[in-house]
Amino acid sequence: MTRSQRWNWSLVIGLALVSVFAIGALISLFWTPHDVTAINIASRLKLPGQGYVLGTDHYGRDMLSMIMAGAQTSIAVAILAVGIGMALGVPLGLAAAAGRGWLDELIMRGNDLAFAFPALVIAILITAVFGASAVNAIIAIGIFNIPVFARLTRGAALSLWTRDFILAARVAGKGKVRISAEHILPNIANLLIVQGTIQFSLGILAEAGLSYVGLGAQPPTPSWGRMLADSQTLVGLAPHLALVPGLAIILTVLGLNLLGDGLRDLLDPKLRAVRS
Amino acid sequence: MKRFFLTASVLVLAFTGSAWAKDSLTIGIQLEPPHLDPTSAAAGAIDDVTYANVFEGLTRFQEDGSIVPSLAESWTISDDGLTYTFKLHDGVTFHDGTTMDAEDVKFSLDRARGDDSTNAQKGLFSGIAEVNVIDPTTVEVKLSETDGNFLFNMAWGDAAIVAPESIENIKTNPIGTGAFKFSKWVQGDRVELVRNDAYWGQPADLKAATFKFISDPTAAFSAMMAGDLDAFSAFPAPENLIQFEADDRYRVLIGSTEGETILSTNNKKPPFDNVKVRKALAHAINRKELIDGAQFGYGTPIGSHFAPHHPAYVDLTGNSQYDPELAKSLLKEAGLEGGVTVSLKLPPPSYARRGGEIIAAQLRAVGINTEISNLEWAQWLEEVFRGKDFNLTIVSHTEPMDIGIYANPDYYFQYDNADFQARIKELRATTDTDKRNELLKKAQTMISEDYVNGFLFQLPRLSVAKKEIEGLWVNAPTQAVDLTHVRWAE
Amino acid sequence: MISYLTKRLASLVLSLFVASAVIFLVIEVIPGDPAAYMLGMNARPDTIAALRTELGLDGSVFERYVGWVTGMLQGDFGVSYTYRTPVATMVADRLWISLPLALYALFLTVVIAFPAGIFAASRRGQAGDYGVIGATQIGIAIPNFWFAMILILVFAINMRWFSAGGFPGWENGFLQGLKALTLPAVALALPQAAILTRVMRSSLIDVLGEDFMRTARAKGLSTQQAIFRHGLRNALIPVLTIIGLQFAFLLAGGIIIEQVFALPGLGRLVFQSISQRDLVVVESVVMLLVFAVIMTNFLVDLAYALVDPRLRVRA
Repeated sequence: MTRSQRWNWSLVIGLALVSVFAIGALISLFWTPHDVTAINIASRLKLPGQGYVLGTDHYGRDMLSMIMAGAQTSIAVAILAVGIGMALGVPLGLAAAAGRGWLDELIMRGNDLAFAFPALVIAILITAVFGASAVNAIIAIGIFNIPVFARLTRGAALSLWTRDFILAARVAGKGKVRISAEHILPNIANLLIVQGTIQFSLGILAEAGLSYVGLGAQPPTPSWGRMLADSQTLVGLAPHLALVPGLAIILTVLGLNLLGDGLRDLLDPKLRAVRS
Repeated sequence: MKRFFLTASVLVLAFTGSAWAKDSLTIGIQLEPPHLDPTSAAAGAIDDVTYANVFEGLTRFQEDGSIVPSLAESWTISDDGLTYTFKLHDGVTFHDGTTMDAEDVKFSLDRARGDDSTNAQKGLFSGIAEVNVIDPTTVEVKLSETDGNFLFNMAWGDAAIVAPESIENIKTNPIGTGAFKFSKWVQGDRVELVRNDAYWGQPADLKAATFKFISDPTAAFSAMMAGDLDAFSAFPAPENLIQFEADDRYRVLIGSTEGETILSTNNKKPPFDNVKVRKALAHAINRKELIDGAQFGYGTPIGSHFAPHHPAYVDLTGNSQYDPELAKSLLKEAGLEGGVTVSLKLPPPSYARRGGEIIAAQLRAVGINTEISNLEWAQWLEEVFRGKDFNLTIVSHTEPMDIGIYANPDYYFQYDNADFQARIKELRATTDTDKRNELLKKAQTMISEDYVNGFLFQLPRLSVAKKEIEGLWVNAPTQAVDLTHVRWAE
Repeated sequence: MISYLTKRLASLVLSLFVASAVIFLVIEVIPGDPAAYMLGMNARPDTIAALRTELGLDGSVFERYVGWVTGMLQGDFGVSYTYRTPVATMVADRLWISLPLALYALFLTVVIAFPAGIFAASRRGQAGDYGVIGATQIGIAIPNFWFAMILILVFAINMRWFSAGGFPGWENGFLQGLKALTLPAVALALPQAAILTRVMRSSLIDVLGEDFMRTARAKGLSTQQAIFRHGLRNALIPVLTIIGLQFAFLLAGGIIIEQVFALPGLGRLVFQSISQRDLVVVESVVMLLVFAVIMTNFLVDLAYALVDPRLRVRA
């Protein structure tokens, strides 16, 4: 009621926060203040301000540069993981809704089963089998996005199948696949975008967690989670080693969540994304 | 309900407990042993808890690395060097009250070298041809060839004397002859030992000792700082030692280990099958920066595979001085001026993980790019150690006196030099100390000049203890936390 | 009802069976030989072979799978390769830490989330509401392991109020044990509390919009009085569902937190067993966790079906 007349603060703040990190990540593709991998023991553990904006780590590497390059890793892993979830989950959900019957049953039971596995344990197992790398982190996180999108798509699609315009399309002789692609999908796109943002933020958290236990991107590729892991024993000597990457994670995730909320209000005030 | 009363009474005890604190000790170690049988697993944590404390062998290591009698009071060696006759101490009993005699020695050695033996160091016993019981306190060991290392081999934790009566449950209820008896194991947390009042030798000063397992360095640090632990043997995070040194409640013990930390190089796989490239590798490494960065300055640079505290040590670090320009020109000579990419596979210890990142940066500066992968031990053993699928890896070879591994062409770094192999063969057959040292010096020089591996540093043993604690081992000539002479100063 | 029950039960059994097969296969293909790991670098091939025989690793994958499943059906979870103690005892020991930790964290979650959610809902659109929403946004964004590190830094290293890790064991006193679990529970609870607060708030707001609440307020009750007398009970159903999910998460999701605080719990057991290739333990613990979640879902479905007969058709 009153909300639509106001500024969409969630969207503005969220977009601003996300932009800062996205732009930082983009710039780091071409330029960082210092070489991200250059080791300089003589200037290690410098506090923020002592010649380095965010200080240096235990190898004397520039924290700002690492945060920028780490943003690149986090964003890439999270986006690709959401991509996997959407690319597989959405068709499954559409098929379940269109096919009903045993297909629906099979897909939904498979979904329940996937939800039953403790996500982190499975991620650890996957990396134990294939080795720790950014690609395997993407797969491990992506797998758990599949049932999220499948369930969401199915639910939204089911309610659409009873609507008049779908009935009209069926009467016009369109097949289920065509209806799903031409009528259902465009109508649930907003919902998927909002959920995508939320899964994106969960992906950032998951990547940080996996890297923290050593299962994400391997050195020298910078990663926020590994920066935190490296800082663990040094936190008493140089607290900024834990604070800087921690705040980077929090602000990015916060930004994405606000962005999701803002988008939801913008695209459809009645829409409620499922949070898992 | 019963549990509750129990907890309440223990709580009361805990408040009155400080009175007996001075004859007990709680010591932290990083890893928990998988079980407590030193004769059937490689895990060093088993020896940490049991070596000299619970189990004893015929001979034993002293803190300075020398070998002295233990359960064997004395021995004679036949002139051909093939027969060792051990005289055992009389009246030694196991913790379950059964006597320790020549039959137990025969049982232990035969078990370790038998067909279904699961002894992780079965090689130590491979020279034994037969073990004969002469009388209850005399045992004779016949070797198939002379072995200058035999008494040294018998000092290892893997050569502990165990009894047939208690072997079945040894993994969870270890029964040895040592000055401490096993009392209790709370899995995931601690092992408790109590003094063996029926000990045959000089009894321990401590009435009770607890080994607490804290793998996380931060948790270890705060447990020490909070006073929950009296000492921590082999403290995992060198960066925290500065804080202990600044605190006058604690003492930092910096000792030596037998761990040569090396950048192991696959000598059979290009590009490091070329000695020029290996030499370039050696000159590309800045050991000072590495030791400062990965070890916070703790560690002695080495130039070959040999412990600096050994009398036969030769300082060969000059062969591999840090000289990136020389490294570049050597690479150019080898036709690699365009750069080369190699794999660097790192096991879990922090010296490897941190050292790997620093070495990767140093190698990049001369044009050797590395693809780092961090492996767990199980993977490392399969891929690198057995599969030999690697270019470079970093590992600390912690076995004492292990230069002989370079004589095995099938060993994972695959150094194959007939000359060197002949030297080691000669060494094995030599029992004279001076001659042995001469041969050892030659062997060190050979592998240094062949640039077999990147020789980095000798791993230090860094322990922390409360100031009043005496008798704790500073050095680690073998994997052990010997508490038999530890006591609280008045 | 009977046919619903049989159908649901059949799908439960099928789920468990599929889960066991997936778990077993994934774990079997993990590279790394447990026997080789245990014997280390100097082991000779014949020694490793002898140990493999001793551990029962000689059989085919299929034989071992059947052995594992039939064992479990009889309550025998096998013997750990590394510790050589029955897996069931190990798991039971670890549960004595993980279960209290999860309950403690859940307790903190509820204690924070209920008042905060009620407060926000009753002040909808006011400054207090926005304050709570803002706080929950931040709470959700904080990675729990990072929060754990900060807690250690502040309360263990600087203030020395708590120890940074380890567990003294319940036999050393209930309070000692509780104290050791406090920082981990707080670290686990914070993000969960943020989620639950939001669920509580929105669920209450939904209920407030319903007719019976309007009536209650028309009778002259204030918003807060209406919430406490009528709203809360009706808003609890979605809240309880989330709490159920959170409990399952807390039980398995403590892995990283247990790692940070060096707590010998279930999560840490899994982590350690994977690195030691103690595969029987990994298989059994993962199966146990999956079983717990599947059973919870089953019971929740049953409860719903009892409450609302219309739902029976859906399943």
